[in-house]
Amino acid sequence: MSETALRPHENKETLDTDVTDGELPARLAATWGTAGGLIGALSTVDHKLIGRRYIVTGFFFLVLGGLAAVAMRLQLARPENSLIGPDLYNQIFTMHGTTMMFLFGVPIGEAIAVYLVPLMVGTRNIAFPRLNAFSYYVYLFGGLMIWIAFALNVGADNGWFSYVPLAGPEFSPGKRADFWAQMVTFTEVAALAVAVEIVVTVLKLRAPGMTLDRIPLFVWAMFVNAFLIIFAMPAVMLASSLLILDRLLDTHFFNQAEGGDPLLWQHLFWFFGHPEVYIIFLPGTAFVSAIIATFARRPVFGYPAIVLSLIATGFLSFGLWVHHMFTTGLPQLGATFFTASSMMIAIPTGIQIFCWIATLWDGRPVYRTPLLFVLGFFFIFVAGGLSGIMLASVPIDTQVHDTYFVVAHFHYVLIGGAVFPLLGAIYYWFPKFTGRMMSERLGRWHFWLAIIGFNVAFFPMHLAGLRGMPRRVYTYPAEMGWDGLNLVSTLGATLFVASFLLFLFNVAASLRDGEIAGDNPWDASSLEWATASPPPPHNFDRIPFVTSREPLWAERQALPVVSGLAVDKREVVITTATRALPDLKESSPDPTIWPFVSAIAVGAVFIGSIFTPWAVAWGAPLAAFVIIAWFWPKSIEEDK
Amino acid sequence: MRCCRPALLTPPLLLLTACSGWQSSLDPQGPQADLLAGLFWVFTAVLSAVWLLTMTALVVALLRRHPARTEPLELNTRPERGMARTVGAAAALTLVVVVALTVVSYGAQRALFSGGEAPLTLKVKGHQWWWEVTYEDPGPSRQFTTANEIHVPVGQPVHVKLESADVIHSFWVPNLAGKMDAIPGRENRLVIQASKEGVFRGQCTEFCGWQHAHMAITVVAHSLEDFERWRESQISAAEPPDDPVRKRGMQIFLSRPCVMCHQIRGTPAAGKVAPDLTHIGSRLHIAAGTLPNGRGNLAAWIVDPQGIKPGAHMPLIKLNAEEVEPLARYLEGLK
Repeated sequence: MSETALRPHENKETLDTDVTDGELPARLAATWGTAGGLIGALSTVDHKLIGRRYIVTGFFFLVLGGLAAVAMRLQLARPENSLIGPDLYNQIFTMHGTTMMFLFGVPIGEAIAVYLVPLMVGTRNIAFPRLNAFSYYVYLFGGLMIWIAFALNVGADNGWFSYVPLAGPEFSPGKRADFWAQMVTFTEVAALAVAVEIVVTVLKLRAPGMTLDRIPLFVWAMFVNAFLIIFAMPAVMLASSLLILDRLLDTHFFNQAEGGDPLLWQHLFWFFGHPEVYIIFLPGTAFVSAIIATFARRPVFGYPAIVLSLIATGFLSFGLWVHHMFTTGLPQLGATFFTASSMMIAIPTGIQIFCWIATLWDGRPVYRTPLLFVLGFFFIFVAGGLSGIMLASVPIDTQVHDTYFVVAHFHYVLIGGAVFPLLGAIYYWFPKFTGRMMSERLGRWHFWLAIIGFNVAFFPMHLAGLRGMPRRVYTYPAEMGWDGLNLVSTLGATLFVASFLLFLFNVAASLRDGEIAGDNPWDASSLEWATASPPPPHNFDRIPFVTSREPLWAERQALPVVSGLAVDKREVVITTATRALPDLKESSPDPTIWPFVSAIAVGAVFIGSIFTPWAVAWGAPLAAFVIIAWFWPKSIEEDK
Repeated sequence: MRCCRPALLTPPLLLLTACSGWQSSLDPQGPQADLLAGLFWVFTAVLSAVWLLTMTALVVALLRRHPARTEPLELNTRPERGMARTVGAAAALTLVVVVALTVVSYGAQRALFSGGEAPLTLKVKGHQWWWEVTYEDPGPSRQFTTANEIHVPVGQPVHVKLESADVIHSFWVPNLAGKMDAIPGRENRLVIQASKEGVFRGQCTEFCGWQHAHMAITVVAHSLEDFERWRESQISAAEPPDDPVRKRGMQIFLSRPCVMCHQIRGTPAAGKVAPDLTHIGSRLHIAAGTLPNGRGNLAAWIVDPQGIKPGAHMPLIKLNAEEVEPLARYLEGLK
C-alpha cells in the first residue's frame, strides 16, 4: 500500500499512523460520530445525516406536490366538473408548481450532492458543515410554513411565478402572496448555502491526486450547478423581496401607476426562472453520467466534451430568459436574439446525449433498474428538449405559450430530465445509503408503470394545448372537445401515481429485508464505493489518494491512501484547487445546536415579517445573538 | 364546430391532423394562423425526424454486438477515434438544424409582424374577467363599445390594440392568430384576419385570478356587407322597449344598482366598469363565454352570478321573483 504522509503538526497528537488498522475505524467513528438523543440529532453536522434528511424531506414534498397534481387531474377529468372550485384550484396549482420547483426540484439535486459529493471527492465532511445543517432547517421551515398556510386556507394562489400586478397589494389582498414570497426567501437562503458548500468542497476538499481532469462527471455537474444557483437565486430573492416590500410597505416597484413596471417582475423572475430549469436538470445529467459508466461497464466517452458542455449550458442558461416573455410585446429583433440563444442550448445538451449513446455503443450494457430509468430519460427528455425548440421560435410560441402544450413540454423535460434520472439514482445509490439493495423485480415494474403512465398522462396535453386549452383553468366547457384528452391524461396520471406507490413500497420493503449490498455491489468506479455501505461517520478510514479518473477500476488491488491525519479530532485534508496537491490539514467543525437555533430565529424573522415590518427590527438582534453564539471562538489549536 | 373525440389507438400524428375546432391552432382560418400552422408543421417534421434518429442510434447502440472486454478500462484508441468523429458529426448536424430552424422562424416572424395598413382598428381591454371592445373610428359618433364579442369582415386585416384595466391578460383567438398579452400601462398590438365566415372562440391565456377559466371572447367573421350592417346597428343606441313587460324590465334595470356598473346607450344607465349592455341581446354568449345567450340564461345569471362564476365582480342584486322575468326579457330584446 503506497502512502503519502502529511507532515505532522509541531505538538503531539495522535495521528492515524500511530494507530493500528484494526483500532482506527472505531476511534475515527468516535471522533466523527453524532451523539444520541434529540439534541444530538439536531446538532449533527454529518453531511450524510443532513443529506439523508434533505433527500427524505425532498421526497416528502414530492408526495405533497404529487397529491396536488392528483387533485387537479381529478378536477379536469370531466368538463365543467364541480369537484374543486376556482379558489381552491388556484391554490392547488400554485402549491403544485411552487412545491415541485422550490421544495423538490432544486433541493433534491442539492440533497444528493450533499450526501455524495464529499464521498466522491474522498473527504470526511462537506465544507461548512454547520452552514449545511442550518440550510436544511431553513429549507424545512420554509416548506412547512407554506404548506401549513395552505392547510389554513391562506395558500398562495397566484401561480409559482406570482406575476404582478395580480400578486401585488391591489389584486391579492390578504397574506397568501406574502407566504409565497417568504417561502422563496427561505428556500433560496438554503439553496445558496448548499451551493457555496459544494463549490468549496469541490475546490478545496478533493482527495490528493484528484486533479481537475479526474473529478467525476457527477461532481462536475453538481459543481457547475452550484454556480448556477449562486448567480440565479439572487435575482428571485431580489424579486420576491421587492414584491413583499410592495405589499407590506407600499413601495411601488411593480406599480405602473406610480412609475413601476409589471414587466420588471417578469425579467427578474425569469432571469432566475430559466437557469432554474437547468438547476433542476444538471443533477439529472450528474446521475446519468454516473449510472451509464457503471452499467455500460466503461468510462463515459468524451469526458472533456461533457465537462465543457456542462459549463456551456451554465453560461447559455442565463441568456434565454426572454423566451418566457415572447408574448409581452417586446421588440421583435430583441426577441429573435433569444430565439437563437434558446435554440443554441440544444448543442451542448445534444453533445452530452451523443456522448452517452456512444458510451453505451462501446460498452457492455447491464440492464439493471438504474439503467432502465436512464433509457427512459433518453426517450422522454429528448422529446421534451425538441418540443422546447418549438417554444424557442417566437411565432410558434405565440400559439402555444401558456397552453397545455407548454405543460406537456416542461413535464417531458423536467420529469424526463430530472425525475427519471433521480429515480435511477435512488435505485443506484440506495445500497450505499442504506447497506441494502432495492428489489430488482419491483424496480422493473416501477419503471414500466412509470414510463407508460407518464406518456399516457402527458402526451395528450400537447394535443389539448394545440387545440386551444390554456393553462391554469380550473374547468372548461364540454363543447371545447378537450374532455377525451383530459380523461386520458387523468388515467395516465393514475398509472404514474401507482408507479410511485410501488416505488415507496419497494423502498420500505428493501429497507427492512433487502439483500445486503456490500461496499461496491455494482462494481462502480468512483470513490463513494470505496467505503462501507452505509459509510461510517468519518467516510473513509484513510483518505484515498487518486491516481485515475476511475479510481476503483484503475486500482483493483487496493487504493493508495494518504495518512497523517489526526484521529481524536476532526481533521480534513485541504488540497490545491487545480492539481489537488495536499496543502493543509484543517479542522472540521464539531456538532452544535446553534445552526438549528439560528434557523428558528431566522425563520421567526421571516414569518414575523409577513405580519409586521417590526419583526425585522426585533428579529435582527435576536438573529445576531444566535449567530454570535454559533461563531463564538472555541479555545482550540487553530484559533490560537 | 368540427371536432372529433381522440381515438385512443390512432397513432399520435393522425390524431393531431384529424382534429380541429373553433379554438384550435391546428385549424387555421386566416393568413396569420395559416403561416403559424405551416411553421408548426415544419418544426414538427424536422424535430420528429431528429427524435427518431436519436432513438434509432440509441437502440442500435444497445443492440449491436458489444466489444469483448473483461475490464472496463481496456479501451482501444481506434473505436474511440471513430466515436469522436461520429459525436462531432452529430453535433455539427445539430448546429445546422438549429441554425436552419432559427432562420425559418425569423422569416415567419418578419412576415407576421411586418404590419401594414388596416381599415379597421379595435381597442380590446382586458378586465377581470371579461373583454371590453371599442371599435375606433375617426368620427367620434361612429365609435362604439361592446363586450366579449368581436365582429370582423372576412378578408380584411384588423388591428387589435391590447390594454388592460387591472392585471395582465392575454388575448388569443388561435384559429386566427397567435396570442398577445394585455399589460396594464402598455399598449400591445396584434393583427387578426379571417379568410372565411365563421364563429371562432378565444380565451384569456395569462392567469388572471379566480375566473381566468371563464374569460372567453367570440369572434364572428362576416362578409363585408353583413359586417357593415352589424356595425351600424351597434353604433345606434338601444331602442326603447315597446311592450309593457319589457318596459317594466327597463324600469327595474334603471332603478337598481345595475346602472352603477353597466351602460345601455339611450338610457340613463352609464356605468363603465362592467360590460356595455346596449346590444346584449345580439351577442352569442353572456358572462364572457360562460353561458349561451338566451332569456333563461340571462335570468339565471342575474339571479345567481356567484354560483355560475364564483368570484366574478357581478354582485348579487336582490330582486323579487316576479322582477326577474321582465328584466331578462328587456335585456334579451336589446338586439
